Amino acid sequence: MTKYTPIIGLEVHVELKTNSKMFCSCSADYFGKEPNSHTCPVCLGLPGALPVPNKTAIDWCIKISLALNCKINEFSKFDRKNYFYPDLAKGYQISQYDLPFGYDGYIELSNGKRIGITRVHMEEDTGKLSHQELHGGKVSLIDFNRSGVPLVEIVTEPHFHDALEVKEYLQKLQQIVRYLDVSNADMDKGEMRLEPNISLSKLSNFNPATDGKISLEKLPKYKVEVKNINSFKFVEKAVNFEIKRQEEILESSKLPAQETRGWDENRQKTFSQRSKEDAHDYRYFPEPDIPPIITTKKQISTLLESVPELADKKAARFEQDFSLNSYDAEILTREKSLADFFEEAVKKNQESGIRNQGNIDPKTIANFIINKKINISQITPTSLISQIASSKQIATIDEKELTKLIEDVIKEQPKAVTDYKNGKEASLMFLLGQVMKKLGKKVDTSIIKDSLQKKLKA
Amino acid sequence: MDIKQLTIAQTLQDLRDKKYSSTELTQAYLKRIKQVEPKIHAFITVTEEEALKHAEEAGKKRSKGEELPLLGIPIALKDLYVTQGIKTTAASKVLENFIPPYDGTVVQKLKAAGAVIIGKLNSDAWAHGGSGENSDFGPTKNPWNTGYVPGGSSSGSGASVAADMTLVAMGTDTGGSVRLPASFCNVVGLKPTYGRVSRYGIISMASSLDTVGHLTKTVEDNALVLNITAGHDEHDATTPPVPVKNYTKNLYKGVQGMKIGIPKEYFSEGIDPEIKTLIENALKILEKQGAELVTLSLPHTKYANPAYYIIMPAEVSSNLARYDGIRFGHDRSQFGEEAKRRIMLGTYALSSGYYDAYYKKAMEVRTLIKNDFDKALENVDVIIAPVSPTPPWKLGAKVNDPLAMYLMDIFTITANLVGVPGLSIPIGFVDGLPVGMQIFGPHFSEDVLYQVGHTYEQENPLYQKKPNL
Repeated sequence: MTKYTPIIGLEVHVELKTNSKMFCSCSADYFGKEPNSHTCPVCLGLPGALPVPNKTAIDWCIKISLALNCKINEFSKFDRKNYFYPDLAKGYQISQYDLPFGYDGYIELSNGKRIGITRVHMEEDTGKLSHQELHGGKVSLIDFNRSGVPLVEIVTEPHFHDALEVKEYLQKLQQIVRYLDVSNADMDKGEMRLEPNISLSKLSNFNPATDGKISLEKLPKYKVEVKNINSFKFVEKAVNFEIKRQEEILESSKLPAQETRGWDENRQKTFSQRSKEDAHDYRYFPEPDIPPIITTKKQISTLLESVPELADKKAARFEQDFSLNSYDAEILTREKSLADFFEEAVKKNQESGIRNQGNIDPKTIANFIINKKINISQITPTSLISQIASSKQIATIDEKELTKLIEDVIKEQPKAVTDYKNGKEASLMFLLGQVMKKLGKKVDTSIIKDSLQKKLKA
Repeated sequence: MDIKQLTIAQTLQDLRDKKYSSTELTQAYLKRIKQVEPKIHAFITVTEEEALKHAEEAGKKRSKGEELPLLGIPIALKDLYVTQGIKTTAASKVLENFIPPYDGTVVQKLKAAGAVIIGKLNSDAWAHGGSGENSDFGPTKNPWNTGYVPGGSSSGSGASVAADMTLVAMGTDTGGSVRLPASFCNVVGLKPTYGRVSRYGIISMASSLDTVGHLTKTVEDNALVLNITAGHDEHDATTPPVPVKNYTKNLYKGVQGMKIGIPKEYFSEGIDPEIKTLIENALKILEKQGAELVTLSLPHTKYANPAYYIIMPAEVSSNLARYDGIRFGHDRSQFGEEAKRRIMLGTYALSSGYYDAYYKKAMEVRTLIKNDFDKALENVDVIIAPVSPTPPWKLGAKVNDPLAMYLMDIFTITANLVGVPGLSIPIGFVDGLPVGMQIFGPHFSEDVLYQVGHTYEQENPLYQKKPNL
């Protein structure tokens, strides 16, 4: 394929959905609000105003760290990152430098590869600039509603080797913060922002599948960072574009420039934004307005206990406990609310099962939820169970009749049976229709379908 | 009424006794300001209208039987105190026209205690300086000799109290900015423990060193004000929830059996011999009152100045970054020479490649100095030292030599690096110019400093001496 191995790392910013901002009591719910209506002396950086850290945001940052298998710095602190930009009210961003809340964790991809998490740290968002025409002149307006909204930055090791790994990691990360209920991580609203850094390594005998981690000295001499991408699809495209672009440069015996680039969705390419020469010296130093943050082992274990069972574990348990296949288990656990609904339904069913002796198989419940695309906001687990029960009742009572009808149809329609066995899927639906016709009742077709398939395979 | 003779305690008594009303009192102070301000230039803004309004309200409250700790007491604020609706300049042209939309915590507390704000005081711009000469609005003069500096940076604070233009002047102390003007103006100045008084709504100079103090005529007055300003503030993360003491409680307890440490490093080279003699005399008075004098060593003192002049400008460079002229105020071209000097020094010290050699090293030195104090204060109750190595100097004498000016902080900056409280009290005069000494104690020991200071003041009530204006 190619003699270069892409070396990719990721920085992801996740906006927390705390009630108030990171360092003041202004509402953090800024999206779509009247500009500068959620501001105060602190987030406007007025003279004399001081930051007071949001305890909940810190707890959530630590929770994210724990969910990402990170170690926690029991002694942590905030630092100032000094740079000038009109949307940065104080002339510095309060962030964390050498002692982030979380460090040294990982996310495991479906192929078993672990993507190392270097650090998880807490910082504040900036205001938002918009460049407009006003009264015939060009102006830049600043909305400080977003200024000071809590941000968690999650930085990975350069462990990715293709865009698909990046995408899966991002989906998992988004799922985790949603499971933790600390961020909506809605890409469209900028609640999750992605910055891949990409370079190509000319590694001989390098097998990305087995050599997941490469030592630092083997890293390429340059790094291209693509800033603030707001969709998984764009990140995939940007990574693939960069791999191709850099390969071409390397093939012409040049070294790609160390720089920051942006993704232009219209032109489907990355473009240079800032070169190495323009790189900031952020002059980090400990934030003197905020004392160090001490997190005790006890506090950490309390936070760890509050981390819910995450999707991967939950799916594995569903497979184990409810005999679901991995596909169904994965669908049911994509969102925590759906997984909870399913489990509640299973529980309700068990409770009703004791009374009615009509126990429904969890797999049936899972199928029902998935196949019927149940909208869990419109039905309770209990009424779902009675729905399934009533549809199941018909099937149970008529099981012998159903078997007979299926056998009749198979005899009557030898051509369709042969077609199906030769791989014509549509014939199954025809046969199903014939059975339904004979049955003359409304029943759960999935049950007929299952029985029909079983008979046809026999 | 003779406002020159008034103290807070006396004034409160007079107001209670209806000897005069709070309006009459405020009018008397406004009159005094009009009279001497042209000579002193202690104020940037005199808030006559608001002051009279608040004085009238205070009078109404009192007539209704309401009693507040500072009800009707005139007070002036260094112009680094953010005041809602009242221009707040930090004595810099950058904020020449800045009218804040909020009151800081201490201002709120003082207002709630019934104090009447009569104006905003001059200082070195952004509190950068030890003489008051760095004000962008002209220097304040020393009331004891208007050809001399009043000390800074809280220059207007020291001068206004000394010239009886206010009963209380609020200041800030980052490296001696309350204690130096107190010493140079024959008034009492407190630099509280770091974190004892909220910094919220005080324009930051160097956040890890900044403290919010005040200047008064007497030690008792000083304690009365700290009773109001001290305490944890939910808007300042560096104010721990340490219980607030009643600071007037131990004033009359004396110093019998108390151990007073004399750090030898503060009395060696560079100190004016007349100041040394004045302190020795003061120590004799305390010894006579039953205190035991113990010579001790603070060996890392000589590194305090270099460490301070790394840490302070580093934080200054970051704290001044918000003055970009975008949301308020003028742009950066309006920064004065000293502010620019500190921005450059600090930016350099924090730059990549220099951080370890400068800022980090300075923070390590800071720890060593703190260890010195912790160790010394295990064996003594308080430490006494000079405030300044020299008496007040002539206006203009050091303006072209920033380094010489920086060296005047040598005895005051340690308390800021360590975080301990320091109280400057008047002990005498050299050539008609005031001299003070400072009393240090452990963190949150302001009550003990007042106890020592008050004991001395009883024996030598220098506040009764008045400048000729």
